[in-house]
Amino acid sequence: MAEAVVQVRDVHKVYERGAERVDVLQGLDLDVEEGEFLALMGPSGSGKTTLLNLLGGLDKPTSGRVVVAGQDLSRASRRDLARWRARHVGFVFQFYNLLPVLTADRNVELPLLLTGLSRAKRKKHVATALELVGLTDRADHYPRELSGGQEQRVGIARALANDPTLLLCDEPTGDLDRETAGGILDLLAALNERFTKTVIMVTHDPLAAERARRVLHLDKGALVEAASA
Amino acid sequence: MRWLRETLAVTVVNLRSLPQRMGSSAVAVVGFAGVVAVFVAVLSISAGFQRVMAGGGSEDLAIVLRAGSDAEMSSFFSLEQTRIIEGAPGILRSASGPVASSELFVIVDVPKRSTGTGANVPLRGVGPAALEVRPEVEIVEGRRFREGFQEVVVGRAAANQFAGLDLGSRLRWGEATWEVVGIFTAEGSLWESEIWTDARVLQPAYRRGSTFQSVYARLASPEAFGTFRDALTADPRLEVDVQRESDYLRAQSELLRTLVRVLGNLIAVVMAVGATFGALNTMYSAVAAREREISTLRALGFQGGPVVVSVLTESLFLALIGGLVGSGLAYAVANGYQTATINWQSFSQVAFSLAVTPGLLAGGVAYALVMGFLGGIFPALRAARMPVALGLRRA
Amino acid sequence: MRFFHLLWRNLFRRKVRTLFTFLSIVVAFFLFGILMAIRHGFDYGVQIAGESRLLTIHKISIIQLLPIRYQSQIGSTPGVANVTHATWFGGVYQDPKNFFAQLAVEPEKYLEIYPDYVLSPEAEARWLATRTGAVAGRKLAQRFAWQVGDRIPIQPTFWRPTEGRDTYEFELVGIYEGSTPDVDETSFFFRQDYLMERVGDIGQVGWYVVEMEDPSRADEVAQAIDAQFANSPAETKTTTERAFLRDFAEQVGNTGAILMTIVGIVFFVILLIAGNTMAQSVRERTSELGVLKTVGFTDRAVLGLVLAEAVLLAVAGGVVGLVLAVVVIPGLEPLLVAFLPVFYAPPAALAAGLGLAVLLGLASGGLPAWFARRLQITEALRRR
Repeated sequence: MAEAVVQVRDVHKVYERGAERVDVLQGLDLDVEEGEFLALMGPSGSGKTTLLNLLGGLDKPTSGRVVVAGQDLSRASRRDLARWRARHVGFVFQFYNLLPVLTADRNVELPLLLTGLSRAKRKKHVATALELVGLTDRADHYPRELSGGQEQRVGIARALANDPTLLLCDEPTGDLDRETAGGILDLLAALNERFTKTVIMVTHDPLAAERARRVLHLDKGALVEAASA
Repeated sequence: MRWLRETLAVTVVNLRSLPQRMGSSAVAVVGFAGVVAVFVAVLSISAGFQRVMAGGGSEDLAIVLRAGSDAEMSSFFSLEQTRIIEGAPGILRSASGPVASSELFVIVDVPKRSTGTGANVPLRGVGPAALEVRPEVEIVEGRRFREGFQEVVVGRAAANQFAGLDLGSRLRWGEATWEVVGIFTAEGSLWESEIWTDARVLQPAYRRGSTFQSVYARLASPEAFGTFRDALTADPRLEVDVQRESDYLRAQSELLRTLVRVLGNLIAVVMAVGATFGALNTMYSAVAAREREISTLRALGFQGGPVVVSVLTESLFLALIGGLVGSGLAYAVANGYQTATINWQSFSQVAFSLAVTPGLLAGGVAYALVMGFLGGIFPALRAARMPVALGLRRA
Repeated sequence: MRFFHLLWRNLFRRKVRTLFTFLSIVVAFFLFGILMAIRHGFDYGVQIAGESRLLTIHKISIIQLLPIRYQSQIGSTPGVANVTHATWFGGVYQDPKNFFAQLAVEPEKYLEIYPDYVLSPEAEARWLATRTGAVAGRKLAQRFAWQVGDRIPIQPTFWRPTEGRDTYEFELVGIYEGSTPDVDETSFFFRQDYLMERVGDIGQVGWYVVEMEDPSRADEVAQAIDAQFANSPAETKTTTERAFLRDFAEQVGNTGAILMTIVGIVFFVILLIAGNTMAQSVRERTSELGVLKTVGFTDRAVLGLVLAEAVLLAVAGGVVGLVLAVVVIPGLEPLLVAFLPVFYAPPAALAAGLGLAVLLGLASGGLPAWFARRLQITEALRRR
């Protein structure tokens, strides 16, 4: 078996809020294989988002090791982490986080600006990503001209644009109605199946978790394996 | 009444939230203050110069020059002509004769204290009645020069601005050596920029024979001017221009005052445009920051008018502070600052102090308020036109 | 360049705010251009005056005249290549308000020593042939709409003719131009022999202009000239023309310091306005900056983006303001021609203005950019 694409070993994360000490993660271990579609569930404050941030190299553990796509994130500098993110991770946010001043295609192009690609190549990549999410005809629309579901599709296209190793989604359907949410989940599932993209999704929506192939519950900073749906 | 109450209520809400928008408001205040400080300081140059030139200009002092001479330097009279002028009707008479002084005006090269570079300082030869002609002149240190001696008295401002004019100093001009025996003041007027000596000593030193350049005459009354002028202009032995000193000095200072006024206003207007844009920014962002509050008030039934007034009030309030700070700053830094410049008409130095007059201070504040109004009115109208629902939804 | 679109779009996040900031920057640099032109106008002479020329004036003051016989004595002083003289006329053309400099000179020698005044050979020939001939600077001729061939009556003040009509009537034989924009084009020159003819040969002139063989020996030559006339009734003071004009500029007062103080205040205010705009703009998009970092923009890249945005705004405003100043200055010239013979923004000042624009951008964007750089992604994304 190939080495797991995500290896988390004995990770602790402690936040200090004033005099208060909050142990968010306590000796967490996790392996994720390439091509998995993993849902992380748990009540709010359980550390789901903290874990996702650690996996995406947005934050560093207080102790322990996080190795993703062969890079030891716990030891990398901020600068190296930024470069690594540009190459290996795509983020999908609950509130889409598109830049309001850019059109859909310019938003999708954003991560590509950090690569050495020529303008023509970037355009091609953007077109492919938008086609994948079915928004080719909305390329020149500004976020304010799109519906929530469309915005999230653009968000996913942006996450896919540079063909990352890993797709990290933080409550991707949290702000959408049930029907639209279903569409977004279909899209994520299709990306996982057709392109064997590794998807890790934080959610507290059981319907969303159902679509994943593996579900983990986070409780009080530790993982509890749940029966696969 | 309702309108007033509403206006007051909205204005209080707005002004209360001012500290939360400290940064942006401070920028507007500094902008206003900077413009007003420059405006007031630049015009204080003109005001200070004006004060010197007008301070010595009295209505009952007449100056007589050769016709066509716009300044003493290019004027010329023979001894004979000055006797005729001094004997004319309309001049005030004292026990020792007419209160008039026939004078010579030359310039000498004296270094400025501030730079050490040479400057044209006026050296005036005066007649025995010079002090009666100009009652504002007072010897405050030392004594008067003695007639027939190579002694000078120096104006206070000249002694301050130029090097080597202190009491007791010896000055060498040409072949002669002169001693400073006294310092005089003249209520801040032009005379204080000059050096005075006995005209009859200056004549041989400058090879002027027995000639003069001007006659200053104290009139019996301001109304006697007409009599005096007509008598002289009608006299076939003379070709003269007779002016009241006040008119003469106004004309003398015109070039510099015009220059400062043109430049000062140009700078002030352009700066004001820039500061108004800054103020517009501040007020637009102030309105944007309170969209929710304003909309809530509107939803509660407040009218548009009070909203406009309240936003304008805030803008004017900031402008008032800026105007006061700027004027105060200009007053603190510029007022009384002593300097000297060349007066082109007399080709000689005039020492003066910058004068930040009450009028200038008021003008500075008024100026700020105009900027505040322009900077506030458009954002205010926008706030009043804001649809109620929109403002509530945003934020 | 690939980030230009992003920069540009960010700049117009709030169009009105950016526009007003832009306009206030434009105004600041417009004013800067004008003030630099004024400053240059006040001390133009200091910058242009030849180091190879000396001026010999009466020691007591420049208004005292010097004997004409000094000319040959100065001419034979070792180190002197050429010498001519000039005399201030100080007459009135129509109205005392129309003030301009009128000098009585020796045409041929004067033009020799001052190659800065460019006169066509035909005009010079006419001048040499016409005793009442005079030449005027280009701007002066423009000011009064004079044409070559015009008769120009000037009323004397000092120099009253001994006989005949009181007025001097000159014939304009040529219009000179300056060899560079820094040369005064507002003077009026006429023949000294004509002046002597009208007032009687008084044997005196205003001052001497000396051309040296070797400018590095200026002090030595000046001392040698003054030594010849020491202890005479008319002692002299000789300095380089540059030093003379510098001292003369000082007589007007410290205009340079006044103007630079104004410039300082203007830029302080504008820095606050632009800095405030950038700070507001960065504060508003905290979460967007977080997204950029998430996507893989390094801290330094984000710092660069914000700084570049501020510099772009400042430089755009600066360029427009300076161009506007250059365009408007010729229009202001007639207003100021009586005070400032030279009025234009020198290229060096424009270059300095451009540098100042970059500095303004860096300074106004500095703090916001630093804030953007330090921003933690997790913090930025939490704020909504």
